[in-house]
This record gives sequence, C-alpha cells and structure tokens, in this order.
Amino acid sequence: MSDTHGHSHEVAGPAARVAALERVMIEKGLVEESFIDSVVETYTDRFGPRNGARVVARAWTDDAYKQRLLADGKAAIAELGFDGPEGDVVAVENTDEVHNVVVCTLCSCYPWSVLGLPPRWYKSYEYRARMVREPRTVLREFGLDLPAETEVRVWDSSAEKRYLVLPQRPADTDGLEEDALASLVTRDSMIGVSRL
Amino acid sequence: MTTDPEAAFEEPWQVRLFALTQAVVGDDREAFRQRLISAIDQDPHRGYWESWLAAFEDLVAARTDV
Repeated sequence: MSDTHGHSHEVAGPAARVAALERVMIEKGLVEESFIDSVVETYTDRFGPRNGARVVARAWTDDAYKQRLLADGKAAIAELGFDGPEGDVVAVENTDEVHNVVVCTLCSCYPWSVLGLPPRWYKSYEYRARMVREPRTVLREFGLDLPAETEVRVWDSSAEKRYLVLPQRPADTDGLEEDALASLVTRDSMIGVSRL
Repeated sequence: MTTDPEAAFEEPWQVRLFALTQAVVGDDREAFRQRLISAIDQDPHRGYWESWLAAFEDLVAARTDV
C-alpha cells in the first residue's frame, strides 16, 4: 500500500465502513433497519423523473396549476403527492427568450422528489465547475445549440433551494392528454441540458 | 457495480449511506452540506460517494450521541 498521502494505517473499503456505521447506529437506536430499507426503496422506486414529468405535464395543461407552481414550487409539487425531504423547490420557466439550466457548483443539491437522485455527470467536477463559467459551451456538448439571442440563466442550487426547469411544451402537441404529454418530458429537459 | 454515467448509485453501499445520512441529518441539512463541500474540495477527483462518506464520518464524529 502506498503511503504517499501520509497515511500509515490501513483504511477499510467504503462498503465495510458504511456497514460498520449502520451497525453502530442501529445498536444505539439512532436508526431502525426498516427506516433504511424504506429510504432505499423510496429513492430507487418512488422518487424519479417520472414525478417531475407529471408536474410539467400538469403545468402545460392547467394554467392555474402552472401559476401555483411558479409561485411556490414545493407546495404545487406536494399537491401531486410528491413531497420530499428537501427544502424549497423553485420552478423556472423556459420561454422563447430564456433558457434555464441547473447546477450545484459546490456539491450536488437536486430536487429529489421530482427528479430522483442526480446522475453521475451532474455531480462531476467538470459539470459543476464549467456550467457557470461557460454554459453555452457545456450545453453544446450536451447537443443543445442555443441561438445567440436566447438568454441563458444558470441556477446554482443549495441545500435549501433547489430548481426544476419547466421546459417549453413541444409544438404539435395540442390534442394530447396529460399522460401522453408526461411521457414526452425527459429528465435532462428538467435539468435544462436539453429541450423538447 | 455499474459505470453508467446516468446511474445515481454505482454500488449498493452508496444508497445505504444515503439512507443513513437522511436518518442523522434530519432537518439540519446545511451542517451536512458544508461538510460535503469541504470533503469534495479536499479531493475533487475522488469518487463522489467517497467524499460523501468522508463527510458523513466527519458529521458522526462531531456528534457525541453516535
């Protein structure tokens, strides 16, 4: 084992360290195994971008809902039953003039209840460091080439304030029901790295 | 184990760690966030969940009841 970092002791692998923490916390009564299992289930099955897609489709079809969403995102999201443990969720609306995109420059804050947990690239050093500095270049790398006249707004998330992009409704979808509309909404469009 | 860039978790210990963090952090999200920011900053290129684990161990160590 290399000691170039000044560590002379053996460090256990992360899986073993987590298992040890879990054991101690259960022994001390700080957490119950059923709680851990329920969180695991929630984040693997219940929270995910399908929730966000429902919110977006509702906003497209119900203008009063859209106004409530823009005024108080967390409350409007809770109306549809997607109430998560995070702080405020702010919905930001894309228009012909403005494109919104979300980053968390310092760590990985993300609106869990509507998007689930963030993909690996959202947490990467490169995305976090570059999205604020050169958003148009990064968006181009995601395949989104915005017209020069479109204003790009980059929203930096925090633990207490997370963002959901409300994408523009695609053209030629006038006759579609809410369910069909929801199936068109992608996770990336709600982060703002793509358009629909 | 997966290296899928779209995956939230690559290994099972990561989601269990996330759940443990939810149990301990409760409503005091900012205290954990500051530790996570420091842990990422200390070693920006290590795995994201390794930084999370370091931050969580630091939080637990600072609490006398754990």
